[in-house]
Amino acid sequence: MTITEKILARASGKQKLSPDDVMFAKVDKVMLHDVSGPGVIKVFSEWEKKRGLKLNQIWDPDRVWVAEDHFVPSADRISAENISNLSNFTKQYGITKHFKYGLGQYGICHTLSHEEALVLPGEVYVGGDSHTNTTGAIGAFAAGLGHTDIAYVLMNGQIWFKVPETMLFKIDGVKPDHIMAKDIILKIIGDIGTDGANYKAMQFAGSIMNHLPMEERLTLTNMTTEAGAKNGIIEPDETTYAYLRERTETKYSPVHGDPDAHYSEVFTYEIEKIEPTVAKPFSPGNISAARELQGTELNKAYIGSCTGAKLEDLRAAAEILKDKKVKIRTEVLPAAQSIYMKALKEGLINVFMQAGAVVGPPTCGACCGAHMGVLGKDEVCISTTNRNFPGRMGHVESKTYLASPIVVAASAVTGRITDPRDVRD
Amino acid sequence: MNNNNRSNGKSIRGRVHKYDSDNIDTDVIIPGPYLKIHDHKELAKHAMEGIDPTFPEKVSQGDFLVAGNNFGCGSSREHAPIALSQAGIKAILAQSFARIFYRNAVDGGYLLPIEIDKSTVKKISDGDELEIDIMKNKITNITKNEHYLMKPFPELIAKIVEAGGLINYKPDY
Ligand code: SF4
Repeated sequence: MTITEKILARASGKQKLSPDDVMFAKVDKVMLHDVSGPGVIKVFSEWEKKRGLKLNQIWDPDRVWVAEDHFVPSADRISAENISNLSNFTKQYGITKHFKYGLGQYGICHTLSHEEALVLPGEVYVGGDSHTNTTGAIGAFAAGLGHTDIAYVLMNGQIWFKVPETMLFKIDGVKPDHIMAKDIILKIIGDIGTDGANYKAMQFAGSIMNHLPMEERLTLTNMTTEAGAKNGIIEPDETTYAYLRERTETKYSPVHGDPDAHYSEVFTYEIEKIEPTVAKPFSPGNISAARELQGTELNKAYIGSCTGAKLEDLRAAAEILKDKKVKIRTEVLPAAQSIYMKALKEGLINVFMQAGAVVGPPTCGACCGAHMGVLGKDEVCISTTNRNFPGRMGHVESKTYLASPIVVAASAVTGRITDPRDVRD
Repeated sequence: MNNNNRSNGKSIRGRVHKYDSDNIDTDVIIPGPYLKIHDHKELAKHAMEGIDPTFPEKVSQGDFLVAGNNFGCGSSREHAPIALSQAGIKAILAQSFARIFYRNAVDGGYLLPIEIDKSTVKKISDGDELEIDIMKNKITNITKNEHYLMKPFPELIAKIVEAGGLINYKPDY
């Protein structure tokens, strides 16, 4: 069995599971945020009203955590009310892991999940957000669910899954300086299409893992969602364990796939052949090499989100922006308070501000076109985020190009889409 | 939503709104700024706003939506099936669905995600009147006097559909 099949088998008390089996699995961890949380609250209240259920307690408050990320700082009155409803909810049900905006550590849910070691190898983790897949890089089964399903898990501690087939992506070689995990995943989505992994697991392996930092791995699994995958996963190894050792003392029991595991498809990539890659509007699968697009004029560069504002992302962007000036509006929003503080300590924030960029508080805001810098009609943005559907970052007639933090930083310097090799001294 | 007609094995009937494209994503079904809204009726007013702002006015209760591949891709927002079902859509017939949209539609008991093959998508036109028999997995195009097959629901899904959503379904874990 693959690692995904083995985790699901363990969680459902089965000896063996095969793709397409449908079963209920026990859940280890659950995440809600300020969009899915109020959605779950609404489901709870409907169940109480219409079904006459009494929902006085949830299954296990210690296995639940809550992020405030999409509409913080409160974009308007409704968002502010959602945040207070969320606070009432966590208080009512005794959920103590509630990361509040302006109260110590907080940030984007998929960043907190690894930064705070909230999910561990071998666990089944569900979150009320489609990019929950991200956390699979830690060696967990991590999948996104909607409000009803999350509400159901909060009551019962389990949920149904159909066992996905696993597609294996082997990436070999030594990563050149101008390439980041973002280029790899954009290339893969370009190759298999935005529904190329629908209902499936995407597993990443290959010799590149020997030197790919944890945070870069998270970029790979993050965007499996853009290929329609149920989950993205990477087998835990020394990199994983070292990352977790710095963050938690909790014991866990990792799961590894069998040597004879069956994969529905195996893809191999040589990292040296991958180019700095950009996804053009209006699909993450609509890719080109950055150099092929190099004349494209831009209005804005955005370095933010769960995909592209982790510490490694900020380091990479700062390396390009050091002693340079940006030519277009550039926004940098670290993905969590702790990452912001580390970036500050390392001098990265100084680099961004010297370059002329604005540095904002962690938020999903502009990534989902909600607030804090949305795009106007005809505006063109290059962004480290993960989606560029029509209207994703603002007006339906705005355009977003997706790229790695170094491509975005290089493009900020020239005001046009730029390969990082062309601005390095 | 009342699912009694379904569990009785009766068929459902409605008119088609066809959006003949693949990858109709959740950002066009219900754009990001509305995610903070949790009032179902309010959400319905913005259903499909990113692709057709006149959609809510066109739909009558019980209508169907027909589309291509990977319908509902993108985010996990349950707002998407909620907005569509509140606008009146009872079933979506598509070549395939994004997985979270599919399970939200079924588990929340909002609407039926029905998989049909590409040739069937082609044969159905905007405005056609369809009758869908879930029990027999049959679709009748009343306007054109044609018959098609739908992909049967997997066993567990069929039970959840029949129960009218996950909350009413009693699993034997
Ligand atoms: S940063 Fe963007 S992709 Fe990530 S959770 Fe927030 S809205 Fe979703």
